[in-house]
Amino acid sequence: MSEINLQIDGKDVEATEGMTVLEAAQSVGIEIPTLCHHEKLEPYGACRICTVEVESGGWTKLVASCLYPVEKDLIVRTRSEKVDRIRKMILELLLAHAPDAWELERLAKVYGADKDRFEKEASFCIHCGLCVRYCAEVKGEHAVGFVDRGTRREICFIPEVAAKVCRDCKECFPLCPTSALQAAFVLAEAMMGPRPETGSVK
Amino acid sequence: MARLNSPEELERFRKEILSQKDPNSPCVSICAGAGCMASGAGEVIAAFKAEIESRGLQADVTTKETGCPGFCERGPVVVIYPEEICYLQVTPEDVSEIVSETLKGKKVVERLVYVDPTTDEKATVESDIPFYKHQQRNILDSNIKIDPRSIDDYLSIGGYSALAKVLSQMTPDDVVAEVKKANLRGRGGGGFPAGRKWEGSRNAPEKTKYVIVNADEGDPGAFMDRALLEGNPHSILEGLTIGAYAIGSSEGYIYVRQEYPLAVKNVLLAIQAAEEYGFLGENILGSGFHFTVKVHQGAGAFVCGESTALMTALEGRAGEPRPKYIRSNVKGLWDKPSVLNNVETWANVPLIINRGADWFTQYGTEGSKGTKIFSLVGKINNTGLVEVPMGITLRDIIYKIGGGIPGGKRFKAVQTGGPSGGCLPEEHLDMGVDFDELSKAGSMMGSGGMIIMDEDTCMVDVARYFLEFLTDESCGKCVPCREGMRQMLRILTNITEGKGTEGDIELLEELSEVAKDAALCALGKSAPNPFLSTLKYFRDEYEAHINERRCPALSCKELITFHIDPEKCQACMICARKCPSEAIIGGKNTIHVIDQEKCTKCGTCFEACPSKFGAVRKISGEPVPDPIPEEQRTIKRKPKKK
Repeated sequence: MSEINLQIDGKDVEATEGMTVLEAAQSVGIEIPTLCHHEKLEPYGACRICTVEVESGGWTKLVASCLYPVEKDLIVRTRSEKVDRIRKMILELLLAHAPDAWELERLAKVYGADKDRFEKEASFCIHCGLCVRYCAEVKGEHAVGFVDRGTRREICFIPEVAAKVCRDCKECFPLCPTSALQAAFVLAEAMMGPRPETGSVK
Repeated sequence: MARLNSPEELERFRKEILSQKDPNSPCVSICAGAGCMASGAGEVIAAFKAEIESRGLQADVTTKETGCPGFCERGPVVVIYPEEICYLQVTPEDVSEIVSETLKGKKVVERLVYVDPTTDEKATVESDIPFYKHQQRNILDSNIKIDPRSIDDYLSIGGYSALAKVLSQMTPDDVVAEVKKANLRGRGGGGFPAGRKWEGSRNAPEKTKYVIVNADEGDPGAFMDRALLEGNPHSILEGLTIGAYAIGSSEGYIYVRQEYPLAVKNVLLAIQAAEEYGFLGENILGSGFHFTVKVHQGAGAFVCGESTALMTALEGRAGEPRPKYIRSNVKGLWDKPSVLNNVETWANVPLIINRGADWFTQYGTEGSKGTKIFSLVGKINNTGLVEVPMGITLRDIIYKIGGGIPGGKRFKAVQTGGPSGGCLPEEHLDMGVDFDELSKAGSMMGSGGMIIMDEDTCMVDVARYFLEFLTDESCGKCVPCREGMRQMLRILTNITEGKGTEGDIELLEELSEVAKDAALCALGKSAPNPFLSTLKYFRDEYEAHINERRCPALSCKELITFHIDPEKCQACMICARKCPSEAIIGGKNTIHVIDQEKCTKCGTCFEACPSKFGAVRKISGEPVPDPIPEEQRTIKRKPKKK
């Protein structure tokens, strides 16, 4: 693996080929906020809160740092007026779903996001996909997944699978930044029927 | 049929086919494209077959079910060869007359030919009809000449000669160079130069490479790709095979939407025939080149037209876009170099190879060469598919080819580029249509949808409509698109319902900017375009909705009221009888009044009121006049003269 030198927020950073900008920044203690990122999971690029400005070959563009590979002589700005504006809006859009999510509240303070800017939504889920991907990628189970698409997209436990594996696992619960996961599980559990007296569910 | 093992065998076979065809023998070509079939072409075809058989003419007259020639407005379309007489809106009842008069009597059935609505001039031959006359039909021209299910028909018009030429006379680099020289740009939306895309894949070190046809045409009102796949599937296969040879791929995919059953059927038949003849499979035409094609039917998601989402779907996963920081021509399907082009792009390839890049570049503008097929729909007289040289003005497309706006209405805007495109107003009518000009004006080429709107169209409602489409069709993965569009749609809906507030426009602009800057894929990044382009050219309409609660186009239901002008009402009872909510008070000789409490604003009275009276009108942004006092409602009619 060859060494790649780049600059993040004015700091010279040494990275190895194949690393993402986010990883390179983290390696030198520069914080870039993330919501859908998890070190055990494949980069997903959905929340876009990790958007940064990169300059390469005279071109400036906005990219998701969790996915963008490091390049030689890349100049990265993790904060700029534009980046901050994007993060503020993303937080405001998500706070309409989960106004009390701890991580969102913390970031809202940093970026001056107004949690009441948009009308509140019925579901807490912010579609970070951590539960879905953890279940699939780490546990290999697919007990929880996304259903439908667009604005109707939601997370859903698959009762047939959940009944067999979820009760003894629940490893996804602490990953959820909101209360949506628990709500979805309660719903799935209700669909599974009464809990048998002994042993596992058929 | 035995395989053809060399270009020479192909040419011998082609001569054999042509020798069996007498160009002067009568042939009835009937469009069997989806549009004409929906207008009853199936019955017309059956009627022709029955009539010809009952008169014992089978040996002399051939009937042919062809692809779509484009004039869908006047379908079913029938063309009689060799005279090329074009009959429009043919019904089964006309068939007997056509057979007696035209096929036997060599006379024209005047009532079925095209009549120019403005000049009353008749046009008997297809090429004299203004709709066709101003087009440059390099690709679409073949559709009416061949039965798409017959590979022999395709061979009879020179089919697979480009493939034979490539395999026997050109190196893969020659092919890439020719396509680059032609400056063929992708017809699917982005307009990326196809030759450069191919070159990138050709140079990629991976051995396994793929070529893909994007036939997931999903823009509302667009059906160019459907017509090509249904009407001339072999031309797509030939283009794809040439592309595969150029980049060194041995496997190709056609991703076609399931909602196009006829296209799926015809392309599957074409693949089967091409395999039998040896244009696909092992050792094609004895060249040592192998190539196979598989058809994948899409499950009906608009976002799968986006190249990375399409590839994800091909891999068997949910069709969600993935970030493209490495181009898919280097790392695409199953992480292998993959060239994905749209149907129309592939259809251009055999033409470029056969006639050369210099022929191709004689059409078009500096930056956009060749022709482009548009589907012309909306408030336009001649709905259909039109193929025009790049650089033609919008005015020529809309007025010379499209025949203008129906009902004497005024043109208001043309929407190009599908949901991610934009609306251009009248002052842009003289703009030359090409990739760059459309982008400069704030719209885009897209895949070629062209929706014409007249004065009755509310531009805020148009933006709302497209945003609704996009919130539905977004995959829902990234926040700026899923959540941003959700909010944009909510605000736009409020504005059209008269609930807009100050600051709405600015908030919409802010949401648009975040989507453009931060969304994951092209769908999300371009999703605000319907709003941005309508705001750019029709800001006054937004302001009227928000500030005055007025819809200038008198279209938004919540902002209009219906009113009967007492001066004009002739108390004829027509509207009162038709009103579904019994909201019209009045009787014979008593001027009618609408009870606004009961009125559901369905518009039936507006449609029903005879145009010579024109008493029902729409009001927006101003109070409804008080009904006239009951004692003044009686109409005293003059006694009729005896």
